[in-house]
Amino acid sequence: MHYYKALGLETKLTLDAGDLQKRFYALSRQWHPDKFTRASLDQQQKALETTALLNDAFRTLRDPVARAEYVLDAHKIAPSKTPPPELLEEVFELNMALEEMRGGDESARPQLELARKNFTHMLSEIDHGLSVMFGRYDQGHDESLLLAIRGVLDRRRYVSNLLRDVNKELDVHVSN
Amino acid sequence: MSTFQIDFGGFQEKIIGIDLGTTNSLVAVMDLTGPRILSGIVPSVVSVNEDGEVIAGKDALAALTTRPDQTIYSVKRLMGRGLADIQHELKLFPFRLADSNDSMLRLQLGGKTMTPPEVSAHILRKLKHDAEEALEETVSQAVITVPAYFNDAQRQATKDAGRIAGLEVLRLVNEPTAAALAYGLDKRKEGVIAVYDFGGGTFDISILRLQEGIFEVLATNGDTHLGGDDIDNLLLAVAFEDIQSEWRENVSNKSDAVQLLRRAVIDAKEKLSFVPSAVINFSYGGKHYRREITIDVFNRLIQPIVERTLAPCRACLADAKMKVEDIDEVVLVGGSTRIPLVRSEVEKLFRARPHTELNPDEVVALGAAVQAGILSGDVKDQLLLDVTPLSLGIETMGGLVSKLIHRNSTIPASATEQFTTAVEGQRNVLIHVVQGERELVKDCRSLARFDLKDLPPMPAGMARIEVRFLIDANGILNVTARDARTGTEHSVEVKPSYGLNDQQVEAMILESFDKAQEDFAERQVREARVETDAIMAATEKARRDDAYFALSLKEKDAIDDAVKDLLAVYHDSDHLLIREKIDALNAATQTLAENMMNTAVRGALKGTKI
Repeated sequence: MHYYKALGLETKLTLDAGDLQKRFYALSRQWHPDKFTRASLDQQQKALETTALLNDAFRTLRDPVARAEYVLDAHKIAPSKTPPPELLEEVFELNMALEEMRGGDESARPQLELARKNFTHMLSEIDHGLSVMFGRYDQGHDESLLLAIRGVLDRRRYVSNLLRDVNKELDVHVSN
Repeated sequence: MSTFQIDFGGFQEKIIGIDLGTTNSLVAVMDLTGPRILSGIVPSVVSVNEDGEVIAGKDALAALTTRPDQTIYSVKRLMGRGLADIQHELKLFPFRLADSNDSMLRLQLGGKTMTPPEVSAHILRKLKHDAEEALEETVSQAVITVPAYFNDAQRQATKDAGRIAGLEVLRLVNEPTAAALAYGLDKRKEGVIAVYDFGGGTFDISILRLQEGIFEVLATNGDTHLGGDDIDNLLLAVAFEDIQSEWRENVSNKSDAVQLLRRAVIDAKEKLSFVPSAVINFSYGGKHYRREITIDVFNRLIQPIVERTLAPCRACLADAKMKVEDIDEVVLVGGSTRIPLVRSEVEKLFRARPHTELNPDEVVALGAAVQAGILSGDVKDQLLLDVTPLSLGIETMGGLVSKLIHRNSTIPASATEQFTTAVEGQRNVLIHVVQGERELVKDCRSLARFDLKDLPPMPAGMARIEVRFLIDANGILNVTARDARTGTEHSVEVKPSYGLNDQQVEAMILESFDKAQEDFAERQVREARVETDAIMAATEKARRDDAYFALSLKEKDAIDDAVKDLLAVYHDSDHLLIREKIDALNAATQTLAENMMNTAVRGALKGTKI
């Protein structure tokens, strides 16, 4: 978990955003290549490598989803490619509505607006659920919880892609 | 006069900050009191004079109307680009391409052919020279600014230009970020600022968070081919059309006429920033063209261009995960932000009155000087964390792009990818690196091809080559490879898609070395003369001292002779000869100096109460 180590943190799924940024800024001040312009080539290289790692670590850890994906990846828990079965029916209907919109049929708009509302709500529920699971995992590092988190993240990705498609279709037609 | 050297302790050469603009360039330096512009604006124009010598700056600008066929301007538009990219530019700009046997663009300049980095190097050399004159010391290190939206090839080309000009480019800084640095020094310490940078040839928008001296760029966007030049071209098109119908003559293919007319429309454009109406005045071949342009007509004409800057602004806000209300301040940079319509549109979009306290032409160079100060250690509490403007990816099956480093990632940034062989006994793997946001390779910009060579023969899929992509603090890509099984470094051969390889740059440095020798000799002569002035002044002063009158006649004559000898060689171009005479005068005044010193010490002792 070298991203956590780079920022001097324990491997936890719950992180305080303010603390993370403070650490990142302090370490950047210490290691940024700007501070090593007149140092030896070895030191310059070390500064470059260290800063690149810091930046990669901060970028990943500040986003809760990317952070969880990073931890799961380290535990070799790969994402599932199959869509969540409980959403299949809804997705089928949604795709029909999206097709109609693309074809210029505005009557599908209310259905899409409703889907947008539902998905947005679903996302915020998922995120709330995730933060609870993160907290539980942090207490005992229970591996089985990671598998549960994997399931929720897969569902989240699926919903978030659907929301993106719906938004795209609704916005395109509004601007026309 | 023998002088006493004061040791300032570890003298360090100054690092200069350079704004290498499309239209104008400037050089600045960090002083104890803050950043300061050195010497005047250097027009980014390069020409050849009657003697076949290459000139840059104001003199070259004057040649634009007298010898347009031997003058190049706006060369920044060509930096790091291939022939296919610039077809559109060629219609609007009088770039004369020379035949080239490789992918590198070459321009015809009088009897010479030059790549765009070489042309830029002439501008940089002029700036370096001006800086050395102003500082009265040699300069060899610089920070150079580039548009934030410049891709890898454009950045590399700028760095090459610096090397060719004899400058070690310690850092490339994004122009809007540099502007933020210049503003941030004495402005608010916390908050989110948007920098809208609309220059001669490029447009950038950057959103930064300022906190405790850290300037963290959250997102950047822009268009490297949108600027004041485009507005000039619109006005030019109007004028061409008028002239065609009034004179029944097409002047658009006469390069001297085009340059005179361009000057006339630029004058009118600039006036329209201050008055509601301006006139395009143009005389050619005994005929005269005059057209009044009101601000309303002007605004309608340029509206589409100003609109084109707004979409990148919205995209940048979205990428920074910010809403308009989150922006605390807006800073305007670049000459084109003097246009009232630009100001009002920016104000409308961000719902905030933009800052214009610093001269928009100077603010980028000032910021470059601040960054130079950060690098030299003179500026301690500020730190800039910039981002890469474009995503970096590699070509995968079916011409698709697999993104490795996403746009707006803080740099330095890195990504590691494993590669293997597809067939048994395969000895090399070719990696194609692209930059851009699109899904297909053909819609992105090819950066380079890396060839992993001399793999040991193995069954397919057995080789494990780990390739590390690292974007450094200049936004330039570095690639290293190692064998994941053995851990040994693997050789990577780089073939840049557009740009010079290392050998070519080396050759250009050598070529310009003769020139550099000349510059160096000239500088040494100048320094010797400055020293002569100092020693002559000191000798004059000493001749009025009591100690001088105590000298023997022989000693006085020796000093007179040494002064005469030195004056005789003062205008010589051999600095060694001048130095020799300076040393002779020093020797002749040795006794005088010692006596004066003793008198001074005695005087000092006399005044001391023990």
